[in-house]
Amino acid sequence: MVMFWVLVLANSMLLYLLLDGFDLGVGMLFGLTRSEASRSIMLRTIAPFWDGNETWLIVAAVVLWSAFPVAYATLLSALYVPVVVMLAGLVLRGVSFEFRNEAQRRWIWDICFACGSLAASFMQGVMVGALVEGLQFTDGQYSGGAFGWMTSFAVLCGVGLCFGYALLGACWLVRKSDGKIRADARRAIPVFATAVLVFLAVVFLHALTKHLPIMHRWIDRPYLLVFQAIGCVAALVLARSILRHDDRLPFRMVTLIFVSAFGTLALSFWPYMIPFAITIDSAAAPHSSLAFMFWGAGIFVYPLMLLYAVVGYRVFRGKMGLAADHHQDSGNAHLGKIGSPRPAEWGV
Amino acid sequence: MDATALLLSRLQFAFTISFHIIFPAFSIGLAAWLAVLEAKHLRTGNAVYRTLFQFWLKIFGVAFGLGVVSGVVMAFQFGTNWSVLSNMSGPIQGPLLSYETFTAFALEAGFFGVLILGRNRVAPWFYFFSTAMVALGTTLSAFWIMVNNSWMQVPVGYVVQNGQFVPDDWTKIIFNSVVWSRFPHMLLASYLTGAFCVASSGAWYLLRDKSRVEALVMLRMGLLLAAVLMPLQLAFGHLVGDYVHDFQPAKFAAIEGRWHDEQPASEVVIALPDPAHETNTYEIKIPVLGSIIGSMSLTSKEVGLTDFPPQDRPPVLIPFATFRIMVGCGLIMLALAWLGSYLSVTHRLERSRLLLWSIFLSFPLPFIAIFTGWYTAEVGRQPWVIYGALRTDQAMTPFLTAGAALSSLILFGAIYLFIFSFGTLFIYRLLRAGPSRNAIELPYDATPNRPMSLAGGDVAAVPHLMTAGE
Ligand code: HDD
Ligand code: HEM
Ligand code: HEM
Repeated sequence: MVMFWVLVLANSMLLYLLLDGFDLGVGMLFGLTRSEASRSIMLRTIAPFWDGNETWLIVAAVVLWSAFPVAYATLLSALYVPVVVMLAGLVLRGVSFEFRNEAQRRWIWDICFACGSLAASFMQGVMVGALVEGLQFTDGQYSGGAFGWMTSFAVLCGVGLCFGYALLGACWLVRKSDGKIRADARRAIPVFATAVLVFLAVVFLHALTKHLPIMHRWIDRPYLLVFQAIGCVAALVLARSILRHDDRLPFRMVTLIFVSAFGTLALSFWPYMIPFAITIDSAAAPHSSLAFMFWGAGIFVYPLMLLYAVVGYRVFRGKMGLAADHHQDSGNAHLGKIGSPRPAEWGV
Repeated sequence: MDATALLLSRLQFAFTISFHIIFPAFSIGLAAWLAVLEAKHLRTGNAVYRTLFQFWLKIFGVAFGLGVVSGVVMAFQFGTNWSVLSNMSGPIQGPLLSYETFTAFALEAGFFGVLILGRNRVAPWFYFFSTAMVALGTTLSAFWIMVNNSWMQVPVGYVVQNGQFVPDDWTKIIFNSVVWSRFPHMLLASYLTGAFCVASSGAWYLLRDKSRVEALVMLRMGLLLAAVLMPLQLAFGHLVGDYVHDFQPAKFAAIEGRWHDEQPASEVVIALPDPAHETNTYEIKIPVLGSIIGSMSLTSKEVGLTDFPPQDRPPVLIPFATFRIMVGCGLIMLALAWLGSYLSVTHRLERSRLLLWSIFLSFPLPFIAIFTGWYTAEVGRQPWVIYGALRTDQAMTPFLTAGAALSSLILFGAIYLFIFSFGTLFIYRLLRAGPSRNAIELPYDATPNRPMSLAGGDVAAVPHLMTAGE
């Protein structure tokens, strides 16, 4: 039972990382472009998906809460500030999707969208970094204070994750769009990929020099090298696919890189839930809770959720920028009176 | 533990959930309304239903977005501010919220994209299916959250082990009478919200001589639905009151404004409770009615607040006032719904401007009733967070500092006010513009390309720009 929920948790987190990763990434890239035409196509490539993607964050949170209540309570309260800032970012970017189309002053929501995405990504990275470095505990209680998570290493990880997400986002754009956006995104990939590589190297050196406990794990568990190897191969294929102007491979390869990084981390934490303070077994909820979830939510509904996600991505498959998307309602003429039509921008 | 941090955390929870509940209440009702419209259109082919669907879909999109983002905050707040609570009750509340997420949120989120952007990408039956799934999702969400909150109000089916509430009987937790009166009460409240908002927009258009056909449909459907649901809501309200009477006597006494035991008890209609002197000023009461409402008897003894030690009493003023406001709103809504339906069925509604004005102005009533209802329930259960089992002041994160709590409160306060003002402004604009009929006169393929979202205002002009730059 416990094992099952560990796997569900890991799977949900990984899905969140990948799915919201690309849409947060597109959010950050959105902030780097100026043209209205590009911006609205960028939004278009993620609009049908963002709500579903974000749901995986909630899935991960509630699975953590129900299967490992102590871990949920400890983590969220110890990481109070980053969690709150991340939520604020997610709120601002989430409302921008709809608000942007209603607004007379779009720039407000453009800023909210880009900055919200950036804040959320950065804080997620910070939290991972803080966990890797280890939070301070006394007698099983967090004792690091409101800013115990704030270390140079955590900040570094925050920046690193932003690059990682931006890389995912760029690959997504290559896959889902055309023309100028695709060309821009393709040019961005090597930049971000290099940034991610440099980041990984720095993290490694940092862990080495600071003797982070996680280092011992890597030495004790040589099989973790398999993940590194997969990551390297994926990076090579990525480089090749960019040179060959392939639209689909880059996203897959970056996904693979993320999977291998996630796998490395998850396995080096094992058997800890909160590294080096709370183990999986000591955090696990009572059997009656786990079993109740297993026999309904776990084996029946979880696969269904995966199915909904697949259906969603199927319905909106293919390039989003092209004429594929008629929307039947185009009674917009009347809206002209209240909205602010700026067709000129579209002609860019 | 820091008393200021506790106060701030309570304020933050109350503020964020109050903000959140506005949108679910609205979107549960609207989702059902959209499903009905789509079904009617599929069945009758009548274009009015399609026009209305497209119109309300835009409003739904904005409200739903606000509901989702504010809900995500809720899911984390238990852990950040109430870590003792979330650790202790995690084995019970966690699985309930997991069921909510798995069965409801995933469903909503999965089909929301199709509903908003997928009309032309899927077959009509699948589009209807998606609409229905979103509606089902919102309803399931209300169900699980009510199970969860009901367990906090009346904890059952658990034992305490190693400082945690360990479930030992899930059927008791899910299938108890408290859930099955509160869930319908909440669901009906949401449907009433939808019904009144729809009817009130209809009245507004008639008053402004706009979209007459659609306005009449909105008025008729909204009012008739409300006329049927309202009496049901009062009946469930009574059942909800019954559970409070049986399981939370202190809350009941506070709602009733009863300070001392009475036999037979009278019913305080209106008064100003005075906690310092443990009595009411300016009291108007009806003899014996208190016993009838409380126990369906002419002679029963009803308990007063002074039976409970002061540290176990809830605040009196808030539950006392909010309960009366909720019931008052309910009665006004009942009157409007019945009168309006009667005139609508006899085709006289259009001429009765006074009633149209009243219906138009009635849209805040269901929201007010929902707020005040929740305040009655939540403030009335203090000082417990899990009734009789865990006190609110013991539930907070022990090391939370006032500084951290204050910063997050200010941050959320600022952001919520900001997005709320714009959200209501945008919804208002959409409503003011009204439904547009040319939406359906255009054939499928003649419609120009649209930018990502349904509520986009400024696209019609430029088809196929998406390829710009190629
Ligand atoms: C799943 C649980 C849950 C649900 C559905 C709600 N609440 Fe609640 N509420 C709590 C769980 C809770 C809580 C965690 O248990 C709090 C926090 C502190 C406390 O005492 O109870 C609380 C406190 C609390 C307070 C502060 C009371 C006080 O401290 O004096 C208010 C005003 C509300 N809530 C209002 C609401 C509203 C308007 C809701 C409508 C949706 C609502 N609650 C739903
Ligand atoms: C403390 C209590 C609550 C928590 C923790 C909570 C949590 C959440 C979360 C995380 C979401 C976003 C889901 C998504 O991404 O789709 C959400 C949305 C929603 N919640 Fe809540 N919620 C609470 C109270 C309520 C209540 C009282 C109701 C109604 C009875 C409700 C009904 C809904 C609905 C219908 C949605 C879908 C979004 C919408 O319709 O606007 N929630 N909630
Ligand atoms: C005669 C009319 C009504 C009665 C007697 C009544 C009774 C009650 C009572 C006693 C509570 C407190 C429950 C608790 O402490 O848990 C409550 C809560 C509530 N009421 Fe009402 N109510 C009435 C009308 C309405 C109307 C018209 C609405 C909305 C349209 C409404 C919405 C709510 C909501 C949202 C709650 C909070 C959820 C809950 O605790 O179940 N009520 N009601």
